[in-house]
Amino acid sequence: MILIMAFLIGSMYAGAIYMMMRRSIIKLVMGLIILANATNLLIFTVAGPLRRGAPPLIAEGSIVPDQLVADPLPQALILTAIVISFGVLAFAVVLIHRVYEVIGVDDMNNLKDDSE
Amino acid sequence: MMQAVLLPIALPMLAGALCMVFWFQPRLQTYLSILSAVLVMLSAVWLFALHAELGILVLQLGGWQAPFGISLVADTLAMSMVLIASIIYLGTLIFSLASQSKTSLRYGYLPLLNLMVAGVMGSFLTGDIFNLYVWFEIMLIASFGLLILGGEKAQLRGAIKYVAMNLLSSALFLTAIGLLYGMVGTLNMADVAVKLQAIEDQRLIIIVSMLFMVAFGIKAAAFPLFFWLPASYHTPAVAVSAVFAGLLTKVGVYVLFRFYTLIFTQDLDFTHHSILLWAGILTMVIGVLGAAAQMSIRRILSVHIISQIGYMLVALAIFSPLAIAGGIFYIIHNIVVKTNLFFISGIIYYQRGSYELKKLGGLYKDSPWLAIFFLLSALSLAGLPPLSGFFAKFIVISAIVAERDWWTLFFAVAVSLLTLFSMLKIWSYAFWGKKPEISEDSPMPRLTGQAYWMWVPVTFLAVTSLGMGLAAEFFFQYAQQAAYELLHPHHYIQAVLGE
Repeated sequence: MILIMAFLIGSMYAGAIYMMMRRSIIKLVMGLIILANATNLLIFTVAGPLRRGAPPLIAEGSIVPDQLVADPLPQALILTAIVISFGVLAFAVVLIHRVYEVIGVDDMNNLKDDSE
Repeated sequence: MMQAVLLPIALPMLAGALCMVFWFQPRLQTYLSILSAVLVMLSAVWLFALHAELGILVLQLGGWQAPFGISLVADTLAMSMVLIASIIYLGTLIFSLASQSKTSLRYGYLPLLNLMVAGVMGSFLTGDIFNLYVWFEIMLIASFGLLILGGEKAQLRGAIKYVAMNLLSSALFLTAIGLLYGMVGTLNMADVAVKLQAIEDQRLIIIVSMLFMVAFGIKAAAFPLFFWLPASYHTPAVAVSAVFAGLLTKVGVYVLFRFYTLIFTQDLDFTHHSILLWAGILTMVIGVLGAAAQMSIRRILSVHIISQIGYMLVALAIFSPLAIAGGIFYIIHNIVVKTNLFFISGIIYYQRGSYELKKLGGLYKDSPWLAIFFLLSALSLAGLPPLSGFFAKFIVISAIVAERDWWTLFFAVAVSLLTLFSMLKIWSYAFWGKKPEISEDSPMPRLTGQAYWMWVPVTFLAVTSLGMGLAAEFFFQYAQQAAYELLHPHHYIQAVLGE
């Protein structure tokens, strides 16, 4: 499982970086979206072993859980990260739309500083 | 009393929220924001008073003991940054009274500015790595809004690069957080520092630390990751440029100082003495050369930020008590002076209608006080005594000499001379040059308030820079105290974990 996830995350990172290095600003944003998802998957995978069917509940009367349980924190981290990246990427999408409206190009090469 | 640590974050956030409530009343928004800035400044002073009594201040949010909850920590470095940031916050608000257009006020300039400051303060005070990420994002998304406020072509062009690079940096930061959590199972900075000592595989630590370094390097605009800065910083309204120049890149540097003294000090030869040192040297050399090639005041100043970041990184890389103290002194001095130079460029813009050096001139005759304030700040930036920049550079350079690192010394001194060149270029064109014919048809930018509001922060910051030079001993003591705390992390760890 870890191995599959590793390959999956690795190819997502590679794809994201590839997309970001293209000239089209739409692909730039797609790259950012893939990157955000790859990062969330990475946290999910590396932050402790994936353990199914063991919720972090403590039996009544004891102080620590009796058996090994799934770590709830990574999920909280991912949830926060998803919300943040959603907001930020929504902004990015609006931004590229606005750039396209105002400047009329979607090619990074035509977004140089001196092309007044 | 520990709740005082929360004030510098909560006040601007509250002000931002109230500004959104009173969306259609820009005047009320302005009053609220200025009130919040004054209170933040007072609370920073209060923090200093508490710190003198109690040592490092720690607030465990929600009563959850570290490392389970989120801790807010105010040591000397964090407090100093909060204090100086609150001064810049107030200065920017006062400057905006005269310079911000009515449209930008109507479209949420003040809520965004307040929230950005809340993000900056949060980044300074937090003691939790994931919480730091959240503050970074708050700061970033507010800064995105500020950057494109007005929607000019140049702004949008700059914003694409700024947004893309900063989102990449956030993703790398988050990746590093994930890997670090997988390794030590905690994200409280003090707890991470303790648990990393037990990790045997040094290679994993190095990989994670490099990911953090790249992420923060992008935020701090260090070589070779600075390209977004010259593309974007000269585009927004001048008050926004000034507050960005003063605060945003310095947050990146501050976090580097925090992480590379507290957490990643396992392999100093590799992380500090080779990578950070050479990144720092190249940052300062390339920044200053880039600035020398520009012909517009705001662009010279923007590119110059990069060069100054280099000095701070070199100070961190040398990692001796003197160097760290010098680096901290340098950060504070640079925030004051750089912001002030941007403010001055704003005043020039409203007098002449341009930032291009070739279209300026004769300012020395027209406005001698402006010339004096510019000279004070510019010479301070270049490092002439008795201004603050001289002592900042003097301390860093004496630390370099103490290490007998002659190459670094050579570059630090050479870059300093080139800084003087850039500043004198602005001086000789804009202040000594001939006054150009101003054609009637070119539209002049209109002030929206009384012009004297722009002079208040300029005067104050110029006097502060002078004061930091004349009373360097006093400020240096605080810098040394901050450096002592950074280099003896067990005080920090003890304060947070309470063992």
